[in-house]
Amino acid sequence: MTLIKEIDYGTPESKSEKLVTLTIDGTSVTVPEGTSIMRAAMEIGTEIPKLCATDSIQAFGSCRLCVIEIEGRNGTPASCTTPVAPGISVKTQTPRLAAIRRGVMELYISDHPLDCLTCAANGDCELQDMAGAVGLRDVRYGYDGANHVFARNNGDVNFDWKPKDESNPYFSYDPSKCIVCNRCVRACEEVQGTFALTISGRGFDSRVSPGMDEAFMESECVSCGTCVQACPTATLIEKSVIAVGQPEHSAVTTCAYCGVGCTFKAEMRGEEVVRMVPWKDGKANHGHSCIKGRFAYGYAHHGDRVLNPMIRESIDQPWRVVSWDEAIGFAVDRLKATQEKYGKNAVGVITSSRCTNEESYLVQKFARQGFKNNNTDTCARVCHSPTGYGLAQAFGTSAGTQDFDSVDDADVILVMGANPTDAHPVFGSRMKKRLREGAKLIVIDPRRIDLVRSPHIEADYHLPLKPGTNVAMVTALAHVIVTENLVNLDFVKSRCDWDEYQDWAAYVALPTNSPEALEATLGVPATDVRAAARLYATGGNAAIYYGLGVTEHAQGSTTVMGIANLAMATGNLGRRGVGVNPLRGQNNVQGSCDMGSFPHELPGYRHISNDAARQAFEKDWGISLDPEPGLRIPNMFDAAIEGTFKGLYVQGEDILQSDPDTRHVSRALANMDIVIVQDLFLVETANYAHVFLPGATFLEKDGTFTNAERRIQRVTKVMSPKNGYADWEVTQLLANRLGLNWNYTDASQIMDEIARLTPSFAGVSFKRLEEVGSLQWPVNADSPDGMPIMHINGFARGKGKFVVTEYVPTDEKVGPRFPLLLTTGRILSQYNVGAQTRRTENTQWHPEDVLEIHPHDAEDRGVRDGDWVKVASRAGETTLRAKITERVAPGVVYTTFHHPTTQANVVTTDNSDWATNCPEYKVTAVQVSTTNGPTDWQHQYRELTEQSRRIASTIDAAE
Amino acid sequence: MSHDSVDKLVKMANQIGKFFVAQKHPEGVASMTDHLRKFWDPRMRDAIIAHVDHGGAGLDPIAIEAVKRLGQRAGAAASGLRPGEGGADG
Repeated sequence: MTLIKEIDYGTPESKSEKLVTLTIDGTSVTVPEGTSIMRAAMEIGTEIPKLCATDSIQAFGSCRLCVIEIEGRNGTPASCTTPVAPGISVKTQTPRLAAIRRGVMELYISDHPLDCLTCAANGDCELQDMAGAVGLRDVRYGYDGANHVFARNNGDVNFDWKPKDESNPYFSYDPSKCIVCNRCVRACEEVQGTFALTISGRGFDSRVSPGMDEAFMESECVSCGTCVQACPTATLIEKSVIAVGQPEHSAVTTCAYCGVGCTFKAEMRGEEVVRMVPWKDGKANHGHSCIKGRFAYGYAHHGDRVLNPMIRESIDQPWRVVSWDEAIGFAVDRLKATQEKYGKNAVGVITSSRCTNEESYLVQKFARQGFKNNNTDTCARVCHSPTGYGLAQAFGTSAGTQDFDSVDDADVILVMGANPTDAHPVFGSRMKKRLREGAKLIVIDPRRIDLVRSPHIEADYHLPLKPGTNVAMVTALAHVIVTENLVNLDFVKSRCDWDEYQDWAAYVALPTNSPEALEATLGVPATDVRAAARLYATGGNAAIYYGLGVTEHAQGSTTVMGIANLAMATGNLGRRGVGVNPLRGQNNVQGSCDMGSFPHELPGYRHISNDAARQAFEKDWGISLDPEPGLRIPNMFDAAIEGTFKGLYVQGEDILQSDPDTRHVSRALANMDIVIVQDLFLVETANYAHVFLPGATFLEKDGTFTNAERRIQRVTKVMSPKNGYADWEVTQLLANRLGLNWNYTDASQIMDEIARLTPSFAGVSFKRLEEVGSLQWPVNADSPDGMPIMHINGFARGKGKFVVTEYVPTDEKVGPRFPLLLTTGRILSQYNVGAQTRRTENTQWHPEDVLEIHPHDAEDRGVRDGDWVKVASRAGETTLRAKITERVAPGVVYTTFHHPTTQANVVTTDNSDWATNCPEYKVTAVQVSTTNGPTDWQHQYRELTEQSRRIASTIDAAE
Repeated sequence: MSHDSVDKLVKMANQIGKFFVAQKHPEGVASMTDHLRKFWDPRMRDAIIAHVDHGGAGLDPIAIEAVKRLGQRAGAAASGLRPGEGGADG
């Protein structure tokens, strides 16, 4: 393996379809109109010297190193800012050009340290490369004059010199090495869209300045690292490179955080990760990343990682470290005994949306083939199961309709119940780029998320609805579209079921569904709702992006269908720039659903009662399958409390922290005879486990993830699993102890089986993925290269289905005892339950969960900023610190669930979506009051956690 | 089944009923019966059928009717959905 080096074309690609032919150094080249001469030259392999140009950002023309001569034109224009023209003849190297370049480099180097041998960028420095390229042999100016290089000049303090900024834990900023090429500033603007950096001063005084000449950590910087990647010198450089040195080989892999599915080059030295660099050819991220993907991989070697299997007879005992053989034997014996005692349906599994497709597939196979039941579910249950149900009803496929690139053609973007700049940051940056180009924006969210107003972005309409009124909102929007005759009738007539459309149109047109009639329910001015509906229906290509703020409600599935109704009624489906786009929470939510993790369906979304589908698996697996659906996660808990469900194998999900109504979940877990947890750390669920099987990180195994745009991408092993096995191998150990006789020797063989049995994956294999980089399912005979945009000429189900969406207020109502509505979400630097990100320096950005509360509500309760407050609901109570902010409306409070001590889910209730039992995380009636500190429950819980994390051998040693 | 569990099933069934009662195409009761067959594990279906046999306290009319029809044809295999129809994807 070698270090993957991508070609830097210097300026971005031109999208023009018109071609231009010119001559460069006597060679003819044909490129799209609008291409820079620099890029055209690189297309034929001629690398014109450059410093301020890189192809992720627009040309700037400041370094004057890339000068060229054009026959018949005067002067020496910069090749980065000069577009190609038909028939011109360009020379990239003449004595005049060489002299100019050498002069420019001489000036640069006269104000740059000459510590190349000990510099962290040694071997990866464009300034060094250019000095070599232009043949710089001498710096005539010397270093005695004004400079930014030395702290002292001739014994005197040099006020032009600035010390290193080491405030960011992941990268350092050394102003003495800066050549003021502006690449970092422009990358922050153009790629990330945060505008945290600028150039302060003029001329010789020009300096890169985070915020108002602040330290990076004090500025608006979100630590995405795009500036570090853009920097041609060691000015901005990863601290890991400073610590380790330059990498020697790399492999392309897929990030294990959110559903965007960024691909990275894992740059390695031996088995040590030097840095993660976003891959330019990655179709989901195009060379960009966020703080989590680029920097937060340190959990992989955190001291908390458990590397040896452990067992215990009962959960009040300390853990005993044992061999893999003993742990697997103990686990399987208990599972068997439990099935013998309580029946075959008394045990089940939970697959992980963090693990690979291959691993989820094997875990559900383990249940269906090994337990001979369908008690398999996945953590997707608690996030996007309503998307699966709702979109399948409307269109016939349980997935988003577009690829991410489609947003480049959107004229109107409607974001509902999603916070892309925090939860899907790389796509959020993409969206912001399109908004800066002029696309209109509608935000439907109880909170004033960053997209509503941030530098160079402002929503045309923010509809801050009351939590729990999504269905009323989509119906009110539909009312306007129907009653103001904004429906695309041609589309509806040709593509959708006409009878169902008429039922729906008659329903939404009822006066009771008008924005005016619903104004009090929604808490949003009717005029804004009307204007937003008109904009969505008439503003050109309109795309809807939604997240868990839509799904995690008692009527989550209804809202998803309501969103589909809006897209169908306005004809916003089946082409670029439009569509219905669920933003998936975890890296492999889409994949775990595709892989048959749900209890009612086999891989590829075929119901378990479907004879043909079942027979295909029965033949391949050599068993008969139960045609009845199994238990969903919340049903498993209910059945456990009931006493009919007694055993669970959980791979890579911390149900105790992430599922709602913690007390209910802990009662259920405590009632079980065998709980097997497979994870990286002793997560909260492990408090109730009898067997702990150590898991592997995404760096330690092979497989695939499927992102929110149905894109299947490779996960590549770059180091040996510290725990000894990839997660799929651990499942195989269990299966074989149960007598299933599996013999996969490589993850690719699992994908081959999936492809063999799942029509929409028929053309997928590791080999194919390595050839093409990624594939968007369906990949079959009809679409051998996958399908970026779905439903182009017709819906997967035939005619699109309009569904009447009647608003049913949730049972979770405010009243005198619980007058506020709590809603939950996540923030940029942390991920889900935080098991990974809390074990990285990301905690510097978010050390604890806080409760956002509006100043009016805070004042009513005597709460000051930073006070400890108690949040109580019908389900339970917890404490955390208050943050007073107008981002939330009066009557609404908000928190995140990244830290286990906060126990946000002690407060959430067991209400759930009617169709899928997806929990209603987003609406809980609560009261907030001042308090002195943690609740009794939090104290008890901490004690329990300490008790249950005891490991026998450690205690012996301590005693 | 304990009272708690039955109460929960009654609540869930009523929630489902409230969605399907608003649908005209296809008929709400049939759709609800089908939904229960396709997504409820047999022990949940048995429990709600037993509850209806005892009078079905707390259940809305559409839910009672749908559960009664459930009793007539056991099993998800009896689901009348066409392959490829949304339901199969659930």
